[in-house]
Amino acid sequence: MSETLAVGAPEAPPQPPKRSPRAVTRLRLARLRDLALIPPIIALLIYGYTLKPDIFLTKSYLVDTVLKYQTELALLVLAEALVLIVGKFDLSLESIVGIAPAVAVFLVVGQTTALGAPWPTWTVLPVTLLFGALIGVFNGLLVVRFKLSAFIVTLAMLIALRGLQLAIVGGATISNLANRVPTIDNLGSLRILTVPLSIWIVVVAFAVGVVVLGYTRFGRSLYAVGGNADAARAAGIRVERVVWTAFIVAGALAALAGLMLSARLGSVAANQGNGMIFTVFAAAVIGGISLDGGKGSLVGALCGVVLLGLIQNVLTLAQVKPDQIQAVNGLVILVALVLARLTSGKAQD
Amino acid sequence: MAEDGSTPLVEAVGIAKRFGPTVALADGNLTVLPGETHALVGRNGAGKSTLVGVLTGLLRADAGEVRFGGRPAPPLGDRVAWRRHVACVYQKPSVVGDLSVAENLFLDRQPRGRWGLLSPPRLRRAATELLDSWSVPVDPDVPAKELTVEQRQLVEIAGALSHGARFVILDEPTAQLEARAIARLFDRLADLKKQGVTFLFISHHLPEIYQICQRVTVFRDARHIVTAPVAEMDHARLVEAMIGEARGLVQVGHDRPSVPPDTAPVLTLEAVGVPAVAEPVDLTVRRGEIVGVAGSVASGKRELAEAVVGLRPRTGRILVGGRPVRAASVPAALRGGIGYLPADRNSDGFVPGLSVAENATMTVADRLGPFGVVLPGRRDARGRRAIADLDVHTAGPRQPVGELSGGNAQKVVMARALARDPQVLVLVQPTVGVDVRSKESLLGVVDEETRRGRGALLVSDEIDDLRVCDRVLVMVAGRIVAEHTRGWDEAVLVAEIEGIGEKDV
Ligand SMILES: Nc1ncnc2c1ncn2[C@@H]1O[C@H](COP(=O)(O)OP(=O)(O)OP(=O)(O)O)[C@@H](O)[C@H]1O
Ligand SMILES: [Mg+2]
Repeated sequence: MSETLAVGAPEAPPQPPKRSPRAVTRLRLARLRDLALIPPIIALLIYGYTLKPDIFLTKSYLVDTVLKYQTELALLVLAEALVLIVGKFDLSLESIVGIAPAVAVFLVVGQTTALGAPWPTWTVLPVTLLFGALIGVFNGLLVVRFKLSAFIVTLAMLIALRGLQLAIVGGATISNLANRVPTIDNLGSLRILTVPLSIWIVVVAFAVGVVVLGYTRFGRSLYAVGGNADAARAAGIRVERVVWTAFIVAGALAALAGLMLSARLGSVAANQGNGMIFTVFAAAVIGGISLDGGKGSLVGALCGVVLLGLIQNVLTLAQVKPDQIQAVNGLVILVALVLARLTSGKAQD
Repeated sequence: MAEDGSTPLVEAVGIAKRFGPTVALADGNLTVLPGETHALVGRNGAGKSTLVGVLTGLLRADAGEVRFGGRPAPPLGDRVAWRRHVACVYQKPSVVGDLSVAENLFLDRQPRGRWGLLSPPRLRRAATELLDSWSVPVDPDVPAKELTVEQRQLVEIAGALSHGARFVILDEPTAQLEARAIARLFDRLADLKKQGVTFLFISHHLPEIYQICQRVTVFRDARHIVTAPVAEMDHARLVEAMIGEARGLVQVGHDRPSVPPDTAPVLTLEAVGVPAVAEPVDLTVRRGEIVGVAGSVASGKRELAEAVVGLRPRTGRILVGGRPVRAASVPAALRGGIGYLPADRNSDGFVPGLSVAENATMTVADRLGPFGVVLPGRRDARGRRAIADLDVHTAGPRQPVGELSGGNAQKVVMARALARDPQVLVLVQPTVGVDVRSKESLLGVVDEETRRGRGALLVSDEIDDLRVCDRVLVMVAGRIVAEHTRGWDEAVLVAEIEGIGEKDV
């Protein structure tokens, strides 16, 4: 673009500034909105402290009892956030949580000789990731190439993968993995600076995610495509490629989340991941990710995860009976949605 | 309601409205008398649409009062009451695309049949009656998304009148219409006016104001400036009131140097056809030249432009600066040196949720940092430059484009087209919804950019746009039927565009 534009006539006089001095603060505030969930999180911390003053605010409690159990959820929310921002849905992520580690583990320790099994134990991690990514490729193919509805495609995929997993795991649970697969042992028990590896993985994944979404072409094109795909296309963004990539990365992330879950439990259950997708959507929306695409931040999404995790813990501490906890949990998610709407001042859609 | 003209039909006094830090309206005053057609004009961002929002009860004013027929406006929640007073055809479409015309007309008040269930035959009949009574020639069964802009507007007007409102606001109804459709719309408005309907008419085409309005109100910088009978406001005074200074407008491009015929071409179309739309076309744009392509909506001119920039499949060869450009790939066209401004900014021009800077740099995202990284500092700097260059009325580079007024959003899309330093610009209807002064500066940009050796293909049916062009080609039904050099006669051109001239040549 030209430095100066000598238009065929002198430029119009500068418009009287329509910015109040508060304009700059508002721009900063807009960023603070990502942190709208911080006040409720603090409130929960205080409430938890009043319930168990002796242990609640200790590092070991927060890390080992609260956060450690949220790591898989957090990665899944990250994965779903990518897909939601680009304006699509992926329901199959929760079944990838089960099937990807199931396939990888089965090839290593399963009672089979298919595909030259048993494979060496180091293949567990790459096979898990690759399998998740492949599901993403397939979802992307149906959604992008055949222009099918992402919602239905991934719903069908969810059901199909569940069935496949039942067939592989056979209704039982592949257990005692920590002793048989070193990768899984490490993933489940390794600590760096006294913090579990899984938490580090989440921290790194989100840090990378924040940078990619905010400061790279790919990340920004996710927002552009989700916000107005036609405009993005006219501006030279390869819309199909961007959507497809989002599905693939999401699939791989969900697979990693699944392996972390298996590592934490030392097993792959036939129903691993079952029902997680609801919590994933709840956390994402509470965190300000729009189901219409094009809007939302990972910081907000992470806050949503932490908030839900704290709520569950506090409910347990408050001695809500286990048979009631699910109903209470649902209610609390509703309350959290309302709170998030009020504190952020943004409409959720 | 007093018919003597002493009680205003609609009155807005001291309306103020802010959006965050932006003062959209500081002192909005408007008085519309019964039976008149009242014009509301002002530059982009002057607050016209904001006032419309307040007048239709969709926006809550921070201060001020609205009165209908001397009585205070109903409370904001009471949509039914508002709709009895006022109806509006908005700048953006407000029909439900997948519902039929009939369903759209009777949304939420469908006629009931037996057992209180909806009755499709009755709905059809009621819709047909309604459309007939206002002589709107539209089939009530077609989905609203299949209507042309013209038909959609008529349907919206008919629907509005059926609620009992006799005051209709038209926010830039002519911006997306071609000349003949505008003439038809004006005929309809004249009929309705005879039947006692009052209009508030917003447009950036000042001649239209003189054609159909009796009084005009001018807004500038969120304030009411003047209200007067159009007879007392000649063009110069009107423009002066809008832009706030007396220097008037200049005709961009009247002093363009002529491009010698042997100048190297920058864009060459060799037998470029668009399947089912345009027959193979040969066309060259030389360095420093602006070539206009005029034609009606059905001429295929827009589709041809979309094929050139890679949005549509095409046949034939396209060369930019002598190098062929791959078909049906927008990235290839961009890299090849084509800059593109799409016809409809709302559908494919900008991403409303993203900032001005981000939209303006969307075509150069690869140049904002190393390895696919986007440096926000660099992006915002470019955004600020675009804002200054194109005189965009915004709170800053971080403001979402969805919050800008229509004309200012258009300037952001122009910035996006220019960002990659293209060798040739492909512009489709670049001045839609742009105010008179900004139109001058947008066309001025095209003028200036081409003087430095770029070329431009300007696809438009606006006479003002075409005046800037060095040559104008006329397209009818997918074929180029005429070519004019500067100095063409407006009447001849209009006749050719409408396909009348074709039989005679
Ligand atoms: N929802 C919104 N949020 C923030 N700012 C807004 C919003 N709507 C309008 N504005 C701002 O208010 C001002 C007036 O806008 P408005 O749409 O009323 O202008 P206009 O006179 O209709 O212009 P145009 O001729 O371009 O349509 C503009 O500066 C615009 O950026
Ligand atoms: Mg407007």
